[in-house]
Amino acid sequence: MGLSHLQRLEAESIHVMREVVATFSKPVMLYSIGKDSSVMMHLAMKAFYPRRPPFPFLHVDTTWKFREMIKFRDEITQRLGIDLLVHRNPDGIAQGINPFTHGSNLHTHVWKTLGLRQALDLHGFDAAFGGARRDEEKSRAKERIFSFRNAQHAWDPKAQRPEMWKTYNTRIAPGESIRVFPISNWTEADIWQYIQQESIPIVPLYFAARRPVIERDGTLIMVDDERMPLRDGDVVEEKLVRFRTLGCYPLTGAIESSADTLDAVVREVLGARSSERQGRLIDSDEAGSMEKKKKEGYF
Amino acid sequence: MATDVSEAPAASQNSLLRFLTCGSVDDGKSTLIGRLLYDTKMIFDDQMRSLERDSSRFGTTGDDIDFALLVDGLEAEREQGITIDVAYRFFATDRRKFIVADTPGHEEYTRNMATGASTADLAVVLVDARQGILGQTRRHSFIASLLGIRHIILAVNKIDLVDFDEAVFSRIVTDYQSFAKTLGFASICPIPLSARFGDNVCSPSSRMPWYRGKTLIEQLESVETETDLTGRPFRFPVQLVSRPDDSFRGLSGEIASGSIRTGQEIVLAKSGQTTCVQRIVTMDGDLAEAEAGQAVTLVLEDEVDASRGDLLSLPDNRPTVADHFQAKLIWFDSSPLMPGRSYILRTENHSTSATVTTLKHQIDINSFMHEAAKVLQMNEIGVCNISTQTPILFDAYGENRVTGNFILIDRMSNATVAAGMIDHPLRRALNVHWQTLSVDKKVRSELKAQRPAVLWFTGLSGAGKSTVANALEKMLTAQGRHTYMLDGDNLRHGLNRDLGFTAEDRVENIRRTAEVAKLMADAGLIVLVCLISPFRADRETARAMMPEGEFIEIFIDTPISVCAERDPKGLYKKAFAGQLANFTGVSSPYEAPEHPELRLDTTAGTAEELAAQVAAYLAGHAHPV
Repeated sequence: MGLSHLQRLEAESIHVMREVVATFSKPVMLYSIGKDSSVMMHLAMKAFYPRRPPFPFLHVDTTWKFREMIKFRDEITQRLGIDLLVHRNPDGIAQGINPFTHGSNLHTHVWKTLGLRQALDLHGFDAAFGGARRDEEKSRAKERIFSFRNAQHAWDPKAQRPEMWKTYNTRIAPGESIRVFPISNWTEADIWQYIQQESIPIVPLYFAARRPVIERDGTLIMVDDERMPLRDGDVVEEKLVRFRTLGCYPLTGAIESSADTLDAVVREVLGARSSERQGRLIDSDEAGSMEKKKKEGYF
Repeated sequence: MATDVSEAPAASQNSLLRFLTCGSVDDGKSTLIGRLLYDTKMIFDDQMRSLERDSSRFGTTGDDIDFALLVDGLEAEREQGITIDVAYRFFATDRRKFIVADTPGHEEYTRNMATGASTADLAVVLVDARQGILGQTRRHSFIASLLGIRHIILAVNKIDLVDFDEAVFSRIVTDYQSFAKTLGFASICPIPLSARFGDNVCSPSSRMPWYRGKTLIEQLESVETETDLTGRPFRFPVQLVSRPDDSFRGLSGEIASGSIRTGQEIVLAKSGQTTCVQRIVTMDGDLAEAEAGQAVTLVLEDEVDASRGDLLSLPDNRPTVADHFQAKLIWFDSSPLMPGRSYILRTENHSTSATVTTLKHQIDINSFMHEAAKVLQMNEIGVCNISTQTPILFDAYGENRVTGNFILIDRMSNATVAAGMIDHPLRRALNVHWQTLSVDKKVRSELKAQRPAVLWFTGLSGAGKSTVANALEKMLTAQGRHTYMLDGDNLRHGLNRDLGFTAEDRVENIRRTAEVAKLMADAGLIVLVCLISPFRADRETARAMMPEGEFIEIFIDTPISVCAERDPKGLYKKAFAGQLANFTGVSSPYEAPEHPELRLDTTAGTAEELAAQVAAYLAGHAHPV
């Protein structure tokens, strides 16, 4: 009796998480509230059972997340007894950085890239788990599971350590750190099948519902609160939509869908004809934009 | 081919196959992967659009879509039209999910291919039908075999360019089978195909009626590679001790091979203690039995001494415990392997200090011949004897890829410098045991009323190491201390007479001197070592050999201009004239210590004043008692 592919992926992820806890002094798990983060949290609960995960979860907040995400975050972490840290870049707050006046690039850089670096430095974390998957983007496909960062948090794609077997080189010098990607080898389909198999709770925004949206540059954007500036001619419509991926609401495109149950969502995802990142406005500028961001310290 | 919607629940029960593709750019490897992804509907519409855009910008296939661009993820790769790094690709059919390690075929192939092969169960070896078996086909097949891959698909690509000729195909297959005989593959499946047009990739080709075998995808879906890890001896590397509170103590890890049931008797390799498995704990509830590949937590019946790094087995089939063994090494680093230098050896769950004691020979990956070698350069493969500071627990790599592998890590840079596959323990390790002596170091040093130390004087030739050490030894002797001086030049007249000044000989020179110093410190002496010892790594090796606090690095810091002016032996004159090769500071580097215990500036004091500083340091650090 062999193991199923989900069992093997699960075991690999658990092995990676245990390895980090065994060899690093101050790990942290990045938590973005999305479906991949939900799977990671579930895997972390499994990896250390009956112990709780022996590290905190860190949400690098941009103040522009969907309200439902924040509500979900607070409920789930409380229910599972998880130690949650929330970091908002104080410079972002002071300067009121937002995607409308500053553009998506600066917004992402200040809140996410710089915010993350601040939080890691502030707490002195030496290993940070991230939920990136290799099927998401071309430069991710070439990143190691244990991805070395220098003291400035930068990734050097040409100086990656060869990663053999499951024998990981976990050594770093003081000030350096490691980003660890336990679900590197999962695909979007695996994530959804696993959520279904394990009944993992996810943010309701993944399911279709009638939501207020406007159309911007061919993308449906949900008007999640009153901060969304409306232009002349903008019409807020109630549409039956859901999200394939979650982030800052002004930067996340909704898709029209009637999939309001997990089974329906899984069915839709497995038959999809476009990749999930299409809904993310930050990647679309040019090939290599993710690689550039990662070199600067982005996850 | 994409998973049918109605079968979504069944799909989660699919098996997983990890495979590797090897071949060069010209063989059409990226095209083949692009074709597999495209035909299994893994390429989404938006990815297809950006592929079309990139093809016209960077493509190398004229007006056709260049699938290679789909897998070349890094900027430099797209711009230069080459693949630099291992990339992982994913696709699935109704029967299986696949993880593909795509490894580039250019000069860094050994390192990248070894990385991809280490986790693969099957290799697709691409051959261009027009070219037939090339040197690189042999290299790739050899590395696959070395890393323990047992199943090969010989993909004879571009068959359309030889008019779908059966004779061409048969000749290539015969050639391949004859040279692969020695590589120990369990199955070799040859398939004629065209990656560009899709013949025999996902659907049978009507253009080759003579071929009645499986398509590539059929072979990938059906090949049985789980060489029954579950049927092998039980091995459980302990990764982590789980102890949430006093009532629970479990050992977490992933079962490397075999299976285990509750109630079964197991043995801990480190201590040899036996006990029984009481519970197999998971968050989904306790299990009665668990098998290879499952990550579980075992609760044992008795309180035993178990920690990370240990290995659990059944009492009738135990792993080897040894500190000296033979292994094959693939060298990754740009600075070569030097026998005698100390590295960190990391197994899946343990790390310790290790030294390559002998480089027995190098293996030429083109001819598979053994060749004598003194060093191992980047991308070379060698057979070595390795000794570790503490015994490690292992099986031969041929028996178990999980418990038979290790990596070597450089102490200074933390780079992964080599991957190793263990062949067997060396007899010496099993039969030569340490003699326990009743008069020990403590007794000997107490008799001398001093704490032993190794004072390591490093610096350029002519810096004043021996002069300061001489003055210090006189001073210590006057205080009633027991000392001995080991001078690099003097040792070269006897113990190290056979060594020259090449980098590898210098490493060995330092290793021997450090071993002698260690014995003398063990005898209770304060040892003064005067050795240029230009490389940081070697001084760190010497430091690692001594107990904490016993090694005191003293940097005799004299500018090279001053050394050259003093030139007591006339060596600088010769070196500057180009008559001395490998002369430190002139034709060979000196790596100054970053954090020496003491730095002495010889331009700022007399030998006696500097010696007094060392004596004061020793007194201040409770050295001499």
